[in-house]
Amino acid sequence: MSQYTLQINGQEHSVDVSDDTPLLWVLRDHLGLVGTKFGCGKGLCGACTVHLDGAAVRSCQLPIGAAETSKITTIEGLAKDKKLTPVQEAWIEHDVPQCGYCQAGQIMTATALLANNKKPSDSDIDAAMSGNLCRCATYTRIREAIHTAAKA
Amino acid sequence: MQQHNTLSPIARRDFVKASAIAGGGLLLSALFPSSNATAATKGTQVFAPNFYIKIASDGLVTIISKNPEIGQGIKTSLPMIIAEELEVPWQNVTVEQAGLVLGLKGWQGAGGSGATPSHYTDFRKVGAVGRTMLEKAASQKWNVPASECQADQGFVKHAASRKKLAYKDLVDIAAKLEVPDPDSVTLKDPKTFKLLGRRITGVDNRAIVTGQPLFGIDQNHDGLLYAAFVRSPVFGGKPRSANLDTIKRMTGIVDAFIVEGTEDAFGLRPGIAIVARDTWTTFKAQQSLQVLWENDSASEHNSLLYQEKARELASQSGNELRSDGNVTAVLGSASEVVEATYEYPFLSHTNLEPQNTTALYKDGVMQIWSPTQNAINGHGLVKELFHLEDDKVKIDMTRIGGGFGRRLMSDFICEAAAIAHKLEGTPVKVTWTREQDMQHDYYRAAGWHHFKGTVDEEGKVSAWYDHFVTFGLNSDESTGRGANMSSDEFPIRFLENARLEQTIINTNVPMGWWRAPGSCAIAFATQGFIDELAEAAKRDSLQFRLDLLGPDREVPPGGDRGPVFNSGRMKGVLRLAAEKAGWGRKLPKGSGQGIAFHFSHLGYVAVVAEVTVAPSGALTVNKLIAGVDVGPIVNLSGAENQVQGSMIDALNAAWQQEITIEGGRVRQTNFDDNPMLRIAQSPKVEVHFDQSDNPPTGLGEPAFPPTTPAIANAIFAATGIRVRSMPFSKTDLSWS
Repeated sequence: MSQYTLQINGQEHSVDVSDDTPLLWVLRDHLGLVGTKFGCGKGLCGACTVHLDGAAVRSCQLPIGAAETSKITTIEGLAKDKKLTPVQEAWIEHDVPQCGYCQAGQIMTATALLANNKKPSDSDIDAAMSGNLCRCATYTRIREAIHTAAKA
Repeated sequence: MQQHNTLSPIARRDFVKASAIAGGGLLLSALFPSSNATAATKGTQVFAPNFYIKIASDGLVTIISKNPEIGQGIKTSLPMIIAEELEVPWQNVTVEQAGLVLGLKGWQGAGGSGATPSHYTDFRKVGAVGRTMLEKAASQKWNVPASECQADQGFVKHAASRKKLAYKDLVDIAAKLEVPDPDSVTLKDPKTFKLLGRRITGVDNRAIVTGQPLFGIDQNHDGLLYAAFVRSPVFGGKPRSANLDTIKRMTGIVDAFIVEGTEDAFGLRPGIAIVARDTWTTFKAQQSLQVLWENDSASEHNSLLYQEKARELASQSGNELRSDGNVTAVLGSASEVVEATYEYPFLSHTNLEPQNTTALYKDGVMQIWSPTQNAINGHGLVKELFHLEDDKVKIDMTRIGGGFGRRLMSDFICEAAAIAHKLEGTPVKVTWTREQDMQHDYYRAAGWHHFKGTVDEEGKVSAWYDHFVTFGLNSDESTGRGANMSSDEFPIRFLENARLEQTIINTNVPMGWWRAPGSCAIAFATQGFIDELAEAAKRDSLQFRLDLLGPDREVPPGGDRGPVFNSGRMKGVLRLAAEKAGWGRKLPKGSGQGIAFHFSHLGYVAVVAEVTVAPSGALTVNKLIAGVDVGPIVNLSGAENQVQGSMIDALNAAWQQEITIEGGRVRQTNFDDNPMLRIAQSPKVEVHFDQSDNPPTGLGEPAFPPTTPAIANAIFAATGIRVRSMPFSKTDLSWS
């Protein structure tokens, strides 16, 4: 067990966990930030996607020590003062979710995509989003919502 | 639109009549007789009316969502039905999720695409009762006939005097009125609907996109501990001993113990419980866990052996399910008999939210928070396991990260309850790993269909024979859950000569209902073989199907056991999908269209698929176009989402997925060896509704079954290769 300090959504958090604990479980079980989801534990499904200094990463594959010097953003930290981001707004407008379980990860990946590519094509979207599984297969609406968010 | 994540306190008491409540509010009687109708919480200003509706003195309306939300959109669509008849603006409505309430009319579950058809009329009455009482309240206040008072979007208006009062100013009077008989109130003319049929975004969407704790796995309670439950890799195995002392010495571990479990394959399975300070620690401990299992081998249970046995049966007969006319004679005298075997593997549900449940056993009460499609089933099992009274087991139904039928079983609820019972006073959350989830499912049964068929000189089906080979759980006499075929399976009731037979292979693999049970696989076989018969008859696939369905009529089920099949509705969606897809268009070599239809869960769906297959065999599904008749649409956005998702899910299941059995255990573990469809493989989809005046029916399932054969038939059109087995990826599609 070791003490770690993390910068998450603009706030500092200290936790005492074993060194091999993935960021995912620190967020979920120790900090109550359960918006980041557990899906596979092997970096295959993307449900656990968060931003590390703005880049989309799989938090189930990231030992806590590797996250300590970075600014971490989770799904809970996207909206500022309850104002949703264009990606979040587009997700609601297109009624993307079915069960909704994968959508936090989808939104984190889409947000990182749009930060680097203001007008992604369908194939840009396919390439960027291919690490995020949706069991309900809402892929059609994910594409549409990303295009809408890009126009915002 | 607002939404609440937490349940307001619900006192379970009987309320028969409307009554005034402190603070002002309208209390309607429970529409349905119930010993557990909700009641107001005393002392609150805004509070509960009847079970389904609360109208507060500030005008806000709360509608209770009765059934669990698995992604089928029911938490939005059922309250919409009530809101429509209550005549309230949707943006003023807050939806609250109910927990399990014993005695409530109708199943509080998610399955069988049944919630819309079974609640549509009742829930219209729920809303209409409220509207009628508010109109009556206004009529008393104005001293005019109630028939002159008209509810309109949160107000009651009197046209002649141009008076108008908001609902909030009427609730006190309305609360003192006698509740009318729900069967006596006037329902709105559907032509005047303001909400139903519109596109309404899901009520939880804001919470979802901001990461609020909605799901079972998100549950948190003071002092919560985290648990793993490890089962025998071989189905049915029991732990004899384990290195529990080693596990208990690991950092962060609170406890580890053997749970004896029961013999019930759908109840509490035997296993090892590991309790820790966080989930990660329970996962790590599993790596160090060593268990001596009884029955640690079952070599006779193997997918290849099953396949060998099933293929041998092609030349043998099975037990008769149904026989009409004289198939043997027709087949015997035919100049050409078309023969083919279609086969499909076991499938896991693979909900993206792994199985989990949180439980607290305290003061003799087992409180459970679970992503369950079937809370009453879990309630019954837990009650029996721990000898608790009905009211000592309480279940809150959380939002569910995918249902697909997996969470109709309650094994994971039993595990959480067993651990919570042992750790009395401490809440505990059981979370499965992905690997456990994939290896301890209740699988869609594998199956084989040995077909023989003939067509006559007019190019119509003259005989149909299907020897269906399926599985029984430790039985060769009764089929596993969802592993049966109806004796009415299409096309038997449309033919003079047809015969269905069945053979059951004994397996130790637990089976369960999987999205569109039976249909999800059988339609692939039947609609594929129908295409082969059309080919033999040298006829167009669409026209061949229209002829098979015959004149527009209602075809009754055999023995009157199932639903009526309306051939006109099916022909309607076939023509709709064909027209929208431009059926029959000339396509370049390597591209093709396929068509199929299937009637399930009272829904009529036809799908046209367009695919391209490269000479190398690489498959691209370009487009899926659905024609759908499920009667009037409740929520157009939700309905389209279900059909879009069902079609892509069907491709997902058909293309790459399979579960194989070796030594009585599942070989696959995660998304690397049982891959799920990704966005780049996801085709364009089009959904077209034929909104008939028939009663509305559900949409969680019926668009799935016809999609698979439509794709397979399109592959044939593109390449001349018949895909007769799933996953499609195992068939070489290369051509030159």
